[in-house]
Amino acid sequence: MIKLEHVSKTYSAGIPALNDINLEITEGEFVFIVGDSGSGKSTLIKLLLKELEPSEGVITVDGKKLHTIRRRHIPKFRRNLGVVFQDFRLLKDRNVYDNVAFAQRVIGAPVRESRRKVPAILSTVGLAAKYKSYPKQLSGGEQQRVAIARALINQPKILLADEPTGNLDANNAWEIMKLLEEINARGTTVVVVTHNMEIVKAMNKRVITVQKGIIVSDEKGDDDEI
Amino acid sequence: MRFSSIGYTIKQGFCNIWRNKMFSLASIATMSACIFLFGLFFAIVTNFQAMVKEAESGVAVTVFFNEGITQDEIDWIGEEIGKRVEVSEYNFISAEEAWEEFKTEYFGNDEQAAAGFQDDNPLANSASYEIYMNDISMQSTLVDYLTGLEGVREVRQSEIVANTLSDFNSLIGYISVGIILILLLVAVFLISNTVTTGIAVRKDEIGIMKLIGATDRFVRAPFIIEGVMIGLMGSILPLILLYILYNKVIVYIGEKFSFLNTLINFLPVEEVFDSLVPVALILGVGIGFLGSRITIRKHLKV
Repeated sequence: MIKLEHVSKTYSAGIPALNDINLEITEGEFVFIVGDSGSGKSTLIKLLLKELEPSEGVITVDGKKLHTIRRRHIPKFRRNLGVVFQDFRLLKDRNVYDNVAFAQRVIGAPVRESRRKVPAILSTVGLAAKYKSYPKQLSGGEQQRVAIARALINQPKILLADEPTGNLDANNAWEIMKLLEEINARGTTVVVVTHNMEIVKAMNKRVITVQKGIIVSDEKGDDDEI
Repeated sequence: MRFSSIGYTIKQGFCNIWRNKMFSLASIATMSACIFLFGLFFAIVTNFQAMVKEAESGVAVTVFFNEGITQDEIDWIGEEIGKRVEVSEYNFISAEEAWEEFKTEYFGNDEQAAAGFQDDNPLANSASYEIYMNDISMQSTLVDYLTGLEGVREVRQSEIVANTLSDFNSLIGYISVGIILILLLVAVFLISNTVTTGIAVRKDEIGIMKLIGATDRFVRAPFIIEGVMIGLMGSILPLILLYILYNKVIVYIGEKFSFLNTLINFLPVEEVFDSLVPVALILGVGIGFLGSRITIRKHLKV
């Protein structure tokens, strides 16, 4: 599903953010990418989203070599990926329903389809009753659930989560992780970048550790089938 | 693009204007002022050109023939004149007609004074063609041609009038182009500023759109709509104002400066607005489109 072959990324300052990364994530996997601040985790997410181009190497996502995707086809490629961020990135002037429906609007889905799918996905993340609320009326955990619902509404094959529990307390963080696990159980490949080692240990999934742009360990979880 | 997406894009365009109320209002107001000035100038130029055209139609070139020329030869010259593109109309004036006109002009009702010339027409060799042109600036070309024609003795022209009218027409043309260019630059700059602010306000939203797979067109279209709407509103408002003012000004000038009525003949408002409305709307919408397009190309790398 995701493959990185000898991928390096060097910013203009000349310091490599990622150095000769080789990595493979198969379909349906749940993977944690951990490391300290500045270790290159976020650069990795940006490369997978094709927000950045690697300085060297080949990245393959869902069978597509990213360097062969033309600029005008990037939006179509990104529709296969759901993304969740630490700061939720919700539209403050729109309610929960509109925030989630926005992702459908952006890809030109018919309004009829949104009316059917948005309530269903809000039920999945446990926010069906709060569809009229605005982001500022929700807790951090609830806001992150909205962001997850928005990431999932277009049924992506891969969900990328960049520090999804970074702004949440322990309870909310745990609930979000459980939700991501449920999503993974339904077949979506989930990649979570985090430095919350407590949760990583408790989840018992595959853990890739990045330090100074290099993969220093890749440990399979107990319940991983691969 | 789906129908619902088109509706959404237009709605977002209006939302942009509403979110940036102050900037949008400033842009519409300045755009209105620019188009108002343009419209004012356009109305003056159109009226002036109509007056010049009228004056031009009164300026004629006169062709006199060699002595002893036959009527057939005169007719041939007439045919040649008629073939010229510069010529709008030409009339043959026989020696007798010329004398009759002269008599009426100089002797008036004094039959006795004219009687001395009863059988001896002093203008016997003054048969001529009086030629009117489509465009006064073509006069010198026509005169050169006429002078070269066989059987032509003399070509009379009013060079000063022709040159003055022609030069004045060009001057008005240059000033128009100059003003339009300045207005265009000012208005494009204004709309660009408003759209830049709109992009800054919606930076987060644009970022989210990009991440969830919005196409360039989807992200950019509301800003184009915003620019076009500002341009449209900025041209409709001054057109309404000009329509009301034009009629009032004509009536006012007619009443207060009645001596001008013999010199100036204002065009009716409909005639001016027939061409002003499409020109102003195209200018407004064009400036709006251009201003927003330049800006999103510069600031919205999606």
